[in-house]
Amino acid sequence: MADKPSKVVLDPLFNNNPIAFQVLGICSALAITTKLETVFVMAAAVTVVLSSSNAIVSLIRNHIPSSIRIIVQMTIIASLVIMVDMFLKAYAFNISKQLSIFVGLIITNCIIMGRAEAYAMQNPVGTSVLDGLGNGIGYSFILIVVGVVRELFGSGRLLGNVVLPLSTEGGWYVSNGLMLLSPSAFFIVGLYIWALRTWKKDQVETS
Amino acid sequence: MANETVSKTFLVAGALSVVCSAFVASSAVLLRPKQAKNKDLDRKQNILQAAGLLEEGKSIEELFQQFEIKIVDLATGEYRDDIDAVTFDQRKAAKSDDQGIPVEKADDIAGLARRSLYALVYLAQDEKGDLRQLILPVHGRGLWSTLYGYIALDADLSTINGFSFYEHGETPGLGGEVDNPRWKAQWIGKKAFDESGDLKITVLKGRVNPDSPTIEHEIDGLAGATITSRGVDALLKYWLGENGFGPLIDRLQSKEEKSNG
Repeated sequence: MADKPSKVVLDPLFNNNPIAFQVLGICSALAITTKLETVFVMAAAVTVVLSSSNAIVSLIRNHIPSSIRIIVQMTIIASLVIMVDMFLKAYAFNISKQLSIFVGLIITNCIIMGRAEAYAMQNPVGTSVLDGLGNGIGYSFILIVVGVVRELFGSGRLLGNVVLPLSTEGGWYVSNGLMLLSPSAFFIVGLYIWALRTWKKDQVETS
Repeated sequence: MANETVSKTFLVAGALSVVCSAFVASSAVLLRPKQAKNKDLDRKQNILQAAGLLEEGKSIEELFQQFEIKIVDLATGEYRDDIDAVTFDQRKAAKSDDQGIPVEKADDIAGLARRSLYALVYLAQDEKGDLRQLILPVHGRGLWSTLYGYIALDADLSTINGFSFYEHGETPGLGGEVDNPRWKAQWIGKKAFDESGDLKITVLKGRVNPDSPTIEHEIDGLAGATITSRGVDALLKYWLGENGFGPLIDRLQSKEEKSNG
């Protein structure tokens, strides 16, 4: 049962990635990845919520009646998300304005409840936090990959700094408008999963 | 005590609710002053942005100093110096009995229901004290929410220098595109009134035809957000019209003509 801590943290990066392998949390990956700045804040918010919700659920796991366990997890997650949202409004107002409803929608991010139900309910606090951290980082990693591609090819910038000067602003790069629209994230995530499964054949589902 | 009993279920549910609500409530109370300050700063930034006076490297408060803030009696267009501009809150005033009035159904194109008798306006002046820009607060119903924004008029009181919303709850990507810089950019230089002083500014359904003779009064509608676009159109028509800032604009206009003639 006792998983090695390093395995718990690193597994979700490639072997058991929440987006690429578990295919959870896709919606937010589409919505907020047009710019890296919002990606970082969103990734941090999800990682914080995920680790803390795993910690709390694991802490009280022996006292949760199974008939109400889902709603208990939901309540904990919702409270954490509301607090994160209020914190962002107080300390990172502009970014929280750009993220608009998507911070609140972390509540519905299946990764968080999925990890609470699948991992934190059965494991001690320490490894549950690590599991939350690992999955958060795995989620963040994909978000950053998608964010880099979309911001670079969509608006020719990285973190707001011009990399490819746009033709509309006197440069040479004609921006790819599709990259700024949500469906492009689908293509990028799809291509990523394709590449990953070519590298790690065991992730391919047997049909 | 076993976990699966009714009493334990109630106990856990009750305790969890109390603990969670305590956390949420206390963070709400603790963070509110900071959030309110951010909101205020954001509103000021919006005013500066509408006026095109935002400068890199200067603090918003500092830039904001250049405005003269006046309270206007909307019915007469006169300034009221007896009301304190610092503490005046137009939204509270609209709800109050002594400073707010219900809007007549027939006039209520912007879906306001009630409005304040007074409004805060911001004047940007040059060294000689001549008006350079007039910034007016506007608001009205969109699809889901009330949109709050500022419109900046140039010294001729017709040319729009900028228009932006600082608060709304429209659908991101559709009605929320009122925040899109590209959409906001087309307001700049448009004329709110025609030669004879009639209010002509219109948000179209669809795109502006580049050959249109009235192009200087027309703005592209937002694709997929007909009701929000209509709301923006209506709130401008209301606030720039006779029930809104019309009297103030008329008064300033006649003053200008006098000083020129």
